[in-house]
Amino acid sequence: VIRERIVVAMSGGVDSSVAAALLVEAGCEAIGVTLHLAGDASRCCSLADADDARRVAERLGIPFYLANETERFRTEVTEPFADAYLAGRTPLPCLACNSRFKFRHLLARARVFGASAVATGHYARVDRDPETGGLRLRRAADRAKDQSYFLYELGQAQLAAARFPLGDLTKAEVRAHARRLGLGTAEKPESQEICFVPEGDYAAAVERLRPNALPGEGEIVDAAGRVLGRHGGIHRFTVGQRRGLGLASDRRLYVTRIDAARNRVVVGDAEALGARGARLGRVSWVAGAPPGGAVRAEVKVRYRHAGAPAAVEPLADGGARVLFDAPVAAVAPGQSAVFYAGEYVLGGGPIAEALA
Amino acid sequence: VERARAEVAALLGAEPEEVVFTAGATEANNTALEACRRAGGRPGSVATSAVEHPSVEAPLAALEAAGWRVVRVPVDAEGLLDPEAVVAALAPDTVLVTLLWGNNETGVLQPLERIAPRLRERGVPLHVDATQCVGKLGVDLRRLPVDLLSLSAHKLGGPKGVGCLVVRRGAPFAPLLLGGPQERRRRGGTENVPGIAGLGAACALALRELPERMRGFGALRDRLWEGIREKIPRARRNGSAERVLCNTVNVEFEGAAGEVLVQALDLEGIAVSTGAACASGSTHPSHVLAAMGRSPQAARSSLRFSVGHGVDERGIDRVLAVLPDLVARAREAEAS
Repeated sequence: VIRERIVVAMSGGVDSSVAAALLVEAGCEAIGVTLHLAGDASRCCSLADADDARRVAERLGIPFYLANETERFRTEVTEPFADAYLAGRTPLPCLACNSRFKFRHLLARARVFGASAVATGHYARVDRDPETGGLRLRRAADRAKDQSYFLYELGQAQLAAARFPLGDLTKAEVRAHARRLGLGTAEKPESQEICFVPEGDYAAAVERLRPNALPGEGEIVDAAGRVLGRHGGIHRFTVGQRRGLGLASDRRLYVTRIDAARNRVVVGDAEALGARGARLGRVSWVAGAPPGGAVRAEVKVRYRHAGAPAAVEPLADGGARVLFDAPVAAVAPGQSAVFYAGEYVLGGGPIAEALA
Repeated sequence: VERARAEVAALLGAEPEEVVFTAGATEANNTALEACRRAGGRPGSVATSAVEHPSVEAPLAALEAAGWRVVRVPVDAEGLLDPEAVVAALAPDTVLVTLLWGNNETGVLQPLERIAPRLRERGVPLHVDATQCVGKLGVDLRRLPVDLLSLSAHKLGGPKGVGCLVVRRGAPFAPLLLGGPQERRRRGGTENVPGIAGLGAACALALRELPERMRGFGALRDRLWEGIREKIPRARRNGSAERVLCNTVNVEFEGAAGEVLVQALDLEGIAVSTGAACASGSTHPSHVLAAMGRSPQAARSSLRFSVGHGVDERGIDRVLAVLPDLVARAREAEAS
């Protein structure tokens, strides 16, 4: 009997530990790999987490390797993250990391190992469209944990080689499974932070990554260009932010736009925060090609966004225009808009510009 | 313990009382440099090579931090020291020269037989880290004027975690571990008796088997390298092919990631290492290959193969059966 050889990405957390266990139970020949990404300062992906993963692999009786990808992670994830902040955008590095970085490099390594697929602990599902025969990216059964948002960039070839063993389970079931297996990671808390941003301090991370390219002080203005105050660097602000503006005003003011060219932070009231749409950069369509014309979809403009009904119109330049049925607050350039049709991810792309 | 001491001494051509047992070569190397640290007075200087093992490089860096001058003599593209350059590195305040004899990454052997007599003439003591050499090379301290010599048992088939420093009569010495009167007050602490017995047995065996071992290891290593050269394009040997340990070959597979190859070979039950076998997952490419003028990319594409007990022709042929395909796949992965 030839068992399917599968590389499983193990972070040391409960999800990927159970994903590995499920593969073993299903009779696969699993090979555990922990990506070592962000050096010692990092919270997740640290070498201590790698030790947890190694212990789980040992318990499951599978080979385990550490993949040192710190250099590629720096050039492909953390530095672009800092540069995006300096350009006035609000990047989501986990997105670049999950779909581009992790799958690409793990699949490359898997091929050398003679493995046919890469499994992860993501909560998402893949199935086949009975009409077209193409692969579809589907939300997880556990809606609260669904991570399909982070995976919209996976193309057909990558989906064909991706395995998400947790897609049909709830988090509670995953923890129960970990306890039943006696996995040491069963009660480990969730990692919520971006792994290379300790304490959630984005500005400090940008300052550490690009100490010589910081924008310096500038003006805080309203929509009409009136100067309301000064700021200590545009990389310290994100669209939708209310706190930490240091402005005395009787109105509630939010960051509505970051004008990197003029080193300005633009503020306005809640109403000014609403966007009627968004223009997206390079859009990735799960089916492999854009639809023939505009499609209706539920669009999430950030991971925790519930989604808003909209029309998505593919553009000739490979981007798309999203027009919401009703204005959506805090549409931040740099984040990604992901389109859903019911259970399925149609595609998505980075927000280039919010449309007023 | 005393029988083991005699067995170690017999293999090396030393006197039994010159053998100080340690917990391996790292402790032996640190102990060899301890005399500098304890010398008192003004800091002096130490000469060494640019391709040392971390267990020498790290204590040397500590000496530098304490005001010592450390002169690192460069090696050529083959990884070899020029004996004249070592002599030229000596200064009036040079209190010690410390050299790695057989390189742990490339297997390259420094021309010690030409360096040691020159240092003896100049009256400068010489410490040699012979960890890779003992048991794979005839070491005769009656003919080679070396003052201090480190070795580790597991490199010649003995147990891990034990080794020794040979302290020749008249060599500068200060104990690293202070404590009880063990090892003639040269190393405090209860002796690792089973480890020491194992080291002694390994030395006794090596003394008997050395010529046969060198022939056998050499033939297997050559079979491996000839096979690689024949079957795998763009494979380049790192370091001298003439002045090299009988059991080692270090090969660059251009365009392939060494780390991935090590893991893919491990899945096939074949154990090799990247040049810099750093357990912590450091990204720093090998300083040894860098000192030989190899690029960081070349260093990351390099693997060290060693043959030893339990490796036979069938094993070599199995490596040669799987390696070409793995290298081709690793190159594709890197290019994708």
